[in-house]
Amino acid sequence: MQDTIHHIAPDNSADAILLSVRNLTVELTTRDGVVPVIDNMSFDLKTGGNISFVGESGCGKSMTALALMGLLPQPAGRIASGQILFNNEDLAQASDARLREIRGNDISMIFQEPMTSLNPVYTIGEQIAEVLRRHRNLDRAEATAKAIELLDAVHIPSPASRINDYPHQLSGGQRQRVMIAIALACEPKILIADEPTTALDVTVQAQIFDLLTELQEKTGTAIVLITHDMGAVARMSQDIIVMYAGRKAEQGTVAQVIRQPAHPYTHGLIAAVPHLLPTITEERPELLEIPGIVPPLSQFGQNRCLFASRCNYATEQCRQQRPEEISRENQHITACWHTDSLS
Amino acid sequence: MSEVILSVKDLQVRFPLTRSMFTKRKYLYAVDGVSFELNRGETLAIVGESGSGKTTTALAIARLIKAYAGQVQLGDIDLLSLHGSELRDVRNRMQFIFQDPYSSLNPRLRAEHIVREPLDSQGRLSAQDKEQRVDELFKAVGLRPEQKRLFPHQFSGGQRQRIGIARALATQPDLIICDEPVSALDVAVQAQILNLLRKLQSEFSLTYLFISHDLGVVQHMCDYVAVMYKGKIVEYADRLSLFNNPQHSYTKELLAAVPTITL
Ligand SMILES: Nc1ncnc2c1ncn2[C@@H]1O[C@H](COP(=O)(O)OP(=O)(O)OP(=O)(O)O)[C@@H](O)[C@H]1O
Ligand SMILES: Nc1ncnc2c1ncn2[C@@H]1O[C@H](COP(=O)(O)OP(=O)(O)O)[C@@H](O)[C@H]1O
Ligand code: SF4
Ligand SMILES: [Mg+2]
Ligand SMILES: [Mg+2]
Repeated sequence: MQDTIHHIAPDNSADAILLSVRNLTVELTTRDGVVPVIDNMSFDLKTGGNISFVGESGCGKSMTALALMGLLPQPAGRIASGQILFNNEDLAQASDARLREIRGNDISMIFQEPMTSLNPVYTIGEQIAEVLRRHRNLDRAEATAKAIELLDAVHIPSPASRINDYPHQLSGGQRQRVMIAIALACEPKILIADEPTTALDVTVQAQIFDLLTELQEKTGTAIVLITHDMGAVARMSQDIIVMYAGRKAEQGTVAQVIRQPAHPYTHGLIAAVPHLLPTITEERPELLEIPGIVPPLSQFGQNRCLFASRCNYATEQCRQQRPEEISRENQHITACWHTDSLS
Repeated sequence: MSEVILSVKDLQVRFPLTRSMFTKRKYLYAVDGVSFELNRGETLAIVGESGSGKTTTALAIARLIKAYAGQVQLGDIDLLSLHGSELRDVRNRMQFIFQDPYSSLNPRLRAEHIVREPLDSQGRLSAQDKEQRVDELFKAVGLRPEQKRLFPHQFSGGQRQRIGIARALATQPDLIICDEPVSALDVAVQAQILNLLRKLQSEFSLTYLFISHDLGVVQHMCDYVAVMYKGKIVEYADRLSLFNNPQHSYTKELLAAVPTITL
């Protein structure tokens, strides 16, 4: 068995803040009206840093990623307020043309399902070269040479011949490697990985995480990881944000949040999972259940704790007033009225 | 004494590979000599990477695909030799719970009808008895009686999986095959379903063949584990031996690949 890896990423440019998201609210227009799918979210990402977003599906993790990329669903989604400061430029105010420039040059993203994000009718070499030609003005021969180099960097064997393969000729793990190669083609400052390994086997998943770590060490890219797997968070990140119903439930270092969760939702997320233990006994306690499910989008934004219907600690106050974010020791943040009663 | 419910001996499944005109016909040995036994009231988990033959093994046992060779005994019935109505009868003694609670339920049928269907096809109970059985099943899996009249799209993913479980239990089968039963569910709902499966197992002495790629889930659910690799079982052991003292290098590799947290 492998011990827990708390990966320490290179802390190069002395804590320089690369991305600062401040009080970001993103609204979606739905049949039930306009709702804040991201509701007053703030966080900082350092140059070369690592942050993970966790939470059940429908909590707004992917929307957060899409907002950073300027790719909110149109016409339903829009940034209603707040700032996305990237190198002191507010991306929330940037034009479409500017956002297109940022994507692929400065911020890239890899998606959960690599098959649907690759184009089946072009070879993988053509798809990588296309990105290089567009964003880095390379000619055809240069782009092909660079594409081979990138496939080699993501450990695709015999890259010079594999560039002629079509996506269906690759395994799931290899397709995700190609997606990473494309995302890295322009040496982005931020790589957003939205559940990059959910569809893959554990052994392949471990290889992809190793690859991301290795490339990060080489290039100094900051990584935003979106996942529902606390093990992946511990493997990949220093900082974690737990999201619930569009809001930040808890934020801190991985050590703080996993060892001493300060929000009942975080505690539930950890205790509900049967974690693989290095040594087991006959004993098998029931898993802790978080009853119910994430509230529908129509309830997002209400002035109350949206977790109250599933929470053992809920009181009248929780049902009537949205909990404020409070900072405990060492910037460990939680939004819960009764965080002090959690032992 | 433990009663052997399922006994599989040297099971083989082959799929023809597309051939070019002049070469000999070639086969993919998807299941290549698999043997194991499973006792009543116990859970055997099958783990292994994608494509290792887990689902194919389960489908061959249930006679949903053709086995090339081998023996499958359910109780004292020799499954692979059955035909026609004999086969239909024995199929009710085995039920599946599938991964995808969205596509495995008929969207046009009300929940009560979905759960009742195996009883209808069995044709043993009166309408009234069936109704009563459906009520019991709804209660057992934690669905409310008024939800009987709803259609699948009116349920959440976890509730749909409960409907699938109620349906699987309807005929009191000897064997329940769970193929990735919680992989499509969020962690909170996954815990609800895993607890439910274990509760139902101890209540009704259910026997599970449990396929999952999540080793944490397997560690929590199984009594025995078979590790499959390229169509073969490379390691078979009871829960404590397999996780505390894995023998095969492939098993060790699988376990080491899982990212863990220390609490
Ligand atoms: N109907 C079929 N025709 C041809 N080949 C098949 C068929 N069904 C499965 N296979 C092949 O048999 C092998 C075993 O597949 P199987 O579905 O049993 O894997 P599995 O272990 O269940 O994988 P997963 O974890 O991805 O569900 C694979 O190589 C698969 O491509
Ligand atoms: N294109 C869209 N139009 C309208 N609603 C959407 C769209 N995409 C996602 N949503 C809704 O926004 C909410 C948050 O979604 P998402 O950010 O994808 O959650 P997560 O990634 O945490 O699972 C969900 O309720 C989802 O149904
Ligand atoms: S604010 Fe209240 S309901 Fe919300 S998590 Fe805290 S205790 Fe639970
Ligand atoms: Mg998502
Ligand atoms: Mg399968």
